[in-house]
Amino acid sequence: MDAILFLLFAAIAVVCGLNLVLQSHPISSALSLVGVMGSLAVLYLLLGGEFIAAAQLIVYAGAIMVLFIFVIMLLNAGTERKLPRRLWVKYAGLPLLAVFIGIASFVIQRMLPVTEGVKFGAMTHGNPREIGRALFQIYLLPFEVTSVLILIAILGAVVLARKEID
Amino acid sequence: MNFFVISLIKSGLVAFVLLTALAYIQWVERKVLAHIQLRIGPRRVGPHGLLQPLADVIKLLTKEDMIPSHVNKFFYLLAPFLAVMFALISIAVIPFGTEVKIGSFSTPMQLTDLNIGVLFILGLSGIGVYGVALAGWASNNKYSLIGGLRSSAQMISYELPMALAIAAPLLMLNSLSFRELVDGQAGFYFGFIPRWAIFQGPFPQIVSFLLFMVAAFAETNRVPFDLPEAENELVAGFHTEYGSMKFAAFFMAEYCNMVTVSCVGALLFLGGWQPLWPAEYGSKFVPTLIFAIAGLICLSHGLRPARPFDRFTLPVFAVIFLGIAAIFLVPILATILLPLFWFLAKVGIILFIYIWIRGTLPRFRYDQLMSFAWTFMFPIAIVNLFITALMVAVTTK
Repeated sequence: MDAILFLLFAAIAVVCGLNLVLQSHPISSALSLVGVMGSLAVLYLLLGGEFIAAAQLIVYAGAIMVLFIFVIMLLNAGTERKLPRRLWVKYAGLPLLAVFIGIASFVIQRMLPVTEGVKFGAMTHGNPREIGRALFQIYLLPFEVTSVLILIAILGAVVLARKEID
Repeated sequence: MNFFVISLIKSGLVAFVLLTALAYIQWVERKVLAHIQLRIGPRRVGPHGLLQPLADVIKLLTKEDMIPSHVNKFFYLLAPFLAVMFALISIAVIPFGTEVKIGSFSTPMQLTDLNIGVLFILGLSGIGVYGVALAGWASNNKYSLIGGLRSSAQMISYELPMALAIAAPLLMLNSLSFRELVDGQAGFYFGFIPRWAIFQGPFPQIVSFLLFMVAAFAETNRVPFDLPEAENELVAGFHTEYGSMKFAAFFMAEYCNMVTVSCVGALLFLGGWQPLWPAEYGSKFVPTLIFAIAGLICLSHGLRPARPFDRFTLPVFAVIFLGIAAIFLVPILATILLPLFWFLAKVGIILFIYIWIRGTLPRFRYDQLMSFAWTFMFPIAIVNLFITALMVAVTTK
């Protein structure tokens, strides 16, 4: 059951990811990204991280992507124009991509320590209580520093937007 | 296998009851609004217009299914589907009462008890906006687009105070599963004040309940926050270009969201199926009393009919109400039905407030709506959450 669900949602995630790149209209691409986020949430759920799945749904699918779509709708962005590709890009692109992925996966395999395979429902630290404890006790400083960083980014965006209005 | 059969039966039952209830909430709304405005409302189809929802469903089903030529067809068709799907899924984690026990067999009155039920509802309400936003965009019509834009901006803004308002009782009750939350509100102070979250120490959650209700009105696009479909500015807002069942899908999604939000309010703040006062002071006779009084009123009006057909319809209603009153006196059934009665009564009262406010308040202006969310509700929600967290931290251990 778990394996079937995993394969189904992994396939949906990959298809949505490809669709994201291939679609020419921004709204279609954004919605494909929502599809990727949703299927990732299901994959988290299969691994046993219920809280992370819900957070993924609320934060990414429910807030960030809604803002994306809001902006696309507000600017009324139309279909992208496809420029004709150069000849060498057309023929050498795919082989070069394959070579790059091969090198990257080889390096990652060599550098990272050998780990056990992932098991369905094996993650037992995924409940809200343990995540809260980790965030607010063990990793309190990095967590707060990150939030200050995000606050600075927001302030920067506000300042930049102000300048343009004046 | 047993699990699958039970789940299937429960899903079928819940889906049937929910869809019927959605149709009849609309009847109740029309009747209540009519009486607020000194009209009598629908009464042509069936006794007291009771078959009006059925007639509406037949009308919507048999209408011509038109697709305007200028729309983006894929997203135009996807939008009502998304809206109604996300609205209907959320009922799956709502518990309606305690357990049903028949002999050795027992099953909770709930489709599934997630241990992150509250977050599940929040997540679904977050992605529920895609239906409305896409409908507005795909219709390729400026009124629809403005409706969709307003809706997405409004829902993002009001989600923050709503989440903060929900977080406060969660802090006190220390759980994310609806069943545990309701169990945490059981019992009474001094033997008669219920330990519902709005009364419970260390910090009664009245402020967060009010914040939650206001944000819920905005999340469900209801008056006074129904700007996405403000009919005097935007024709019909995001669903201008929709007809027949596609329009009905948006309509159903709106009412279903109302029901879900009322259920969440009743579960988180009003103690779910916990009675208002203890059983030893006679709270178990409340449903019997209410239904008996309703039956007697129907009977007395039936004997002195104001309209000719009242002589037949009102006695029938009287018999039905008195029958329900008698059912609540049967001890075996009462243990199942009493929690259900208290839960549905609270949900019903919240739904009635929805309709009442629709009949009372005018619509906000758009800038008022936004500044209300960000400059009034948001700071209050944060202060409320802070005080709650402080009180919980001081009183535990």
